[in-house]
Amino acid sequence: MSVETATAAKPVGRRPSDALREAFSKYGLITVLAALPIYLGITDLARDGTLTQLGNNLVLGLSNGAIYALIALGYTLVYGIIELINFAHGEVFMIGSMVAFGLWGTLGLGLATGPAGLAVGLFVALLAAMVVCGVMNVMIERVAYKPLRNAPKLAPLITAVGMSFILQNVGVLWLGSSPSSVPDLIRSQETLVNLGGVVIHRGDVLAIAVTIPLVFVLTSFIARSRLGKAMRATAQDPDAARLMGINVNTTISMTFLLGGMLAGAAGLINLLYQTSVWYFQGFTAGLIAFTAAVMGGIGNLKGAVLGGIIIGCIQQLADNRIGAQWTTAVVFGYLVLIMVFRPQGLIGEVTREAG
Amino acid sequence: MTNATAIFGRNKNLVMAVLCLGGAGLLPLFFDPLSNVTDNFITAGAYVVMALGLNIVVGFAGLLDLGYVAFYAIGAYTVGWFASDHFAAVNGGKGIHIASGALTSHLAGIHLNFLLILLVAVIIVGIAGMLIGLPTLRLRGDYIAIVTLAFGEIVYRFAVNGDQITFADGYKLTNGRQAISPIDSIDLPGLPPFDSAVDLRPYFWFVLALVALVLLVNFRLRDSRLGRAWIAIREDEVAAASMGVPLVKTKLLAYATGAAFGGMAGAFLGSYQFTVQADQFKFGFSIFLLAMIILGGLGSIWGVVFGALLLSFINTYFIPNVFNSLPHKLGLDFDLTVLSFGIFGFLILIVMVLRPQGLFPERRRALELTEGIGAGDSTFEVSQP
Repeated sequence: MSVETATAAKPVGRRPSDALREAFSKYGLITVLAALPIYLGITDLARDGTLTQLGNNLVLGLSNGAIYALIALGYTLVYGIIELINFAHGEVFMIGSMVAFGLWGTLGLGLATGPAGLAVGLFVALLAAMVVCGVMNVMIERVAYKPLRNAPKLAPLITAVGMSFILQNVGVLWLGSSPSSVPDLIRSQETLVNLGGVVIHRGDVLAIAVTIPLVFVLTSFIARSRLGKAMRATAQDPDAARLMGINVNTTISMTFLLGGMLAGAAGLINLLYQTSVWYFQGFTAGLIAFTAAVMGGIGNLKGAVLGGIIIGCIQQLADNRIGAQWTTAVVFGYLVLIMVFRPQGLIGEVTREAG
Repeated sequence: MTNATAIFGRNKNLVMAVLCLGGAGLLPLFFDPLSNVTDNFITAGAYVVMALGLNIVVGFAGLLDLGYVAFYAIGAYTVGWFASDHFAAVNGGKGIHIASGALTSHLAGIHLNFLLILLVAVIIVGIAGMLIGLPTLRLRGDYIAIVTLAFGEIVYRFAVNGDQITFADGYKLTNGRQAISPIDSIDLPGLPPFDSAVDLRPYFWFVLALVALVLLVNFRLRDSRLGRAWIAIREDEVAAASMGVPLVKTKLLAYATGAAFGGMAGAFLGSYQFTVQADQFKFGFSIFLLAMIILGGLGSIWGVVFGALLLSFINTYFIPNVFNSLPHKLGLDFDLTVLSFGIFGFLILIVMVLRPQGLFPERRRALELTEGIGAGDSTFEVSQP
């Protein structure tokens, strides 16, 4: 009997179009993603006979991608637990940059500071940016999302957009409406290693050196700690988690805290890396990082990191080959393609929203 | 209840529309022909048209569209392409003229009559709305918001960088930040050509006629089979589908109809402002429109009209003229106008948290929000279907 039902549940007589569609949804996105670098690689080889330019693009892409990955983790953590796109997350990242920049002034960090002072100062700035952004993210949740937890889903998304605009204007009030340039404390554009034409700058190493331990700490925190377990339980089923004695509100707040801290760290790295800060950086970076989170499969931590790196490479390739003025259009074009081909992302599962 | 009140009750919207539009129609007679008030009202009227269009997508059908500015842009570029000398080399430099009026009949470029342009804009933008809607059909909720936002940004990028895109014999797609200008003023058959340097009032009455048309379409659509289908989808997509509502067709029609209004308003604003400049089409404008319909009450037609008028006047009058000295009085030194979008964001946040149904809610929508009728959509539902 059970065998019969099992066979009945199987699709009878798979049509070739089904197989095609399956292959399409499985490999379509990867094909689309790989198409651009492969095409550029071939044209490079045909023109110069080397892959140096592509290699340079990818190195920069990797380090930019590390920053996007940190931001994307915040999106994915929050989405995983309350299925909300925290639209203000990019702005938290921007505020992180501004806090760090402000603190440099207070600490007196400048181009003349010695390496030891620089290391201590930057570490303090990193901690401060992380704490401020974490706390701010928790407050955003309290003010804008918590009162609407039982409202229709669009309501908190709309308040998130409103929050994002408020924070942008805080940025405008703080540092004005044009980009401010920042002292290049770590001489980020200086070459550290030159691998046969592929240049690795100090900034690239910094971005990756800060990102990897943070991601490692975060993943092991969520996998091992009691609170991480509570977070996973709440993400799976909030009602059941509550019945098991988990304080759902605290857990959600902690999720926002973690996401905000990562965004703060990304803010400091971005400040050192780009040596400029302005109120609009959060909007663009936030959307690009969101694309990364969706690409990896929203709600999935590994996916966010993978997506961040891929999107970083795409962004660099677009900057360098197509023109920086088209970058956002290219990234959003990819976002639409992901939504069409594989809304659950590269390694995500099917969710209700992305059906 | 007497017969008279019954009739009045049934036609309440009609009576109100006649009173409001009639009263508004007399308004510019009390002001100077070039008065700022009239100018502000014309802009506000165009925003009302756009907000009513967005209300169809977001308020009726429940599809959160964060890229509505794309339709404004495409509508404005329609008038930029077909009523200016942008394509100056066309037809060997002699231009193409279709019922364009005496003023433009000797100019190069394409010049169509404004009514034709409205029609073309509605068609082009309606198609664009469907194209943008297509990838979102499989998606729900916030994913739709992000895809529409992405489209809005892509269209903006094309508007800004369109001067680098050339086709055929060096025709540029747009003029980017340089703007396409001048654009023909409206020249309706049987009337003298509109001239915003002499008299703004014809523009006012024209936009009022547009508002009347859009209001009529809105009310008729809301009470039609299609409008009920939209509301059914908004409340519960699965239930609506199982009751036989064709999801694809209904959603695409919502996008197309909503977009068409945005295109009309865009074409009008382009013509009224003489210029189509890419920086008008930033993401913030989508949020500005969204704030209007949230403030008024999602899905409530009169509420949306009110919200659009209110925010439009806050934007064009109160922030620059009335409150701009406020920070100075408090001893702070900044220009309030740079913060206008922060103020709109704040309004959205406050309204959504304190009064999510808006100032003049639609009854059904208010019930959804307060009694959880739409609870199938609630945040904490287990997600696997």
